[in-house]
Amino acid sequence: MAPVLQAANVAGPSDGTMSDARENGDRDKQHTDEALSARLQRLNEGLGKKRSARRVSESAEADRATTASDYAQGFRLASEFVAGVVVGAGLGWLVDRWFRTAPWGLMIFLLLGFAAGVLNVMRSTGVVAGNALGGHNPGDRKE
Amino acid sequence: MKVDPIHQFEIRNLIPMTSVGGHDIAFTNSALVMFIIVGAVSALLIGATMRQAVVPGRLQSIAELSYEFIADTLRSSAGNEGMKFFPFVFTLFMFVLFANLIGLIPYSFTVTSQLIVTVTLALLVFFIVVGYGFWKNGLHFLRLFAPTGMPKLMLPVIVPIELLSFLSRPISHSVRLFGNMLAGHITLQVFAGFIIMLSGAGILGWFGAVLPFTMVVMLTALELLVAVVQAYVFVILTCIYLNDAVHPGH
Repeated sequence: MAPVLQAANVAGPSDGTMSDARENGDRDKQHTDEALSARLQRLNEGLGKKRSARRVSESAEADRATTASDYAQGFRLASEFVAGVVVGAGLGWLVDRWFRTAPWGLMIFLLLGFAAGVLNVMRSTGVVAGNALGGHNPGDRKE
Repeated sequence: MKVDPIHQFEIRNLIPMTSVGGHDIAFTNSALVMFIIVGAVSALLIGATMRQAVVPGRLQSIAELSYEFIADTLRSSAGNEGMKFFPFVFTLFMFVLFANLIGLIPYSFTVTSQLIVTVTLALLVFFIVVGYGFWKNGLHFLRLFAPTGMPKLMLPVIVPIELLSFLSRPISHSVRLFGNMLAGHITLQVFAGFIIMLSGAGILGWFGAVLPFTMVVMLTALELLVAVVQAYVFVILTCIYLNDAVHPGH
């Protein structure tokens, strides 16, 4: 649907009809510019409302789509976890190579990577909020 | 008769060009398919927006629906400030979607089943997030690694974990797309191989081959779904990561 058509839809059937009639009644009193800006603001509010309503329904839909198959869910969590461990191991190995601290770098970073992997998994299942900013993940559980 | 399920992922040099440091730089079948993808996406979108009607036709509906879909996804996870990344995110979505879909055509090549391609895309997103995050927020971007309301005592433990979690993003981002496409195509090929092997075993084998054939039909439908869902997942993760660059830890 074209944005133009949508805008017309929002302004039309929602709370528009009554106040439009009122506006037509005392149009001569009001300045046209004022009326226009008021209508624009109303349109904006309507669009915002519609958007947020759609956002909720769409993210719920996305939840269903992305968690549809258990295989996909399993693969997602596995890749999140393994990524953390692999990055930890790789970084630890590099630190050891650069600073000749073997085996301490690998040991510490592997453990940290393990923790990061668990954190990734918890984030992607929505057990903890995304990065403390409430960013929603595709698999977020709404509670 | 033996069927090699890995053969479909082979990179072939079509036009040899130069060699740099012992590595052949050539125009490969992978590069060819990427050009086809870009051509197909451009043709679709340019064709769709050629004649703009108030009541959209079929082609125009496709373009408008995909625009709105990505715009809504981006706006809902990165806010209105995130919309400046719309051209990038939309390009990414169309590229991955077409790569997945074109890969499903028999005898074509699946670009997204090459780890190097998905890693390149994921690293592109990663570096854009880091670069834009530092450019826009300065050192404030580092607050991403220190969750608000965390006791100071915990910071030495939490910050490295958050940092590693952040660094592991491009890996899980790329491996997810790569793994899904690779696994799907291998499964498809293995079941298709059963048909050929069974039908080589005489009359009884022909009847037996019906089973893997139904399996292949169903798997093809599933792969179609996976192709679209994985393109969407790739893009929604991109949006979530971009959100960190736009508003880090507020």
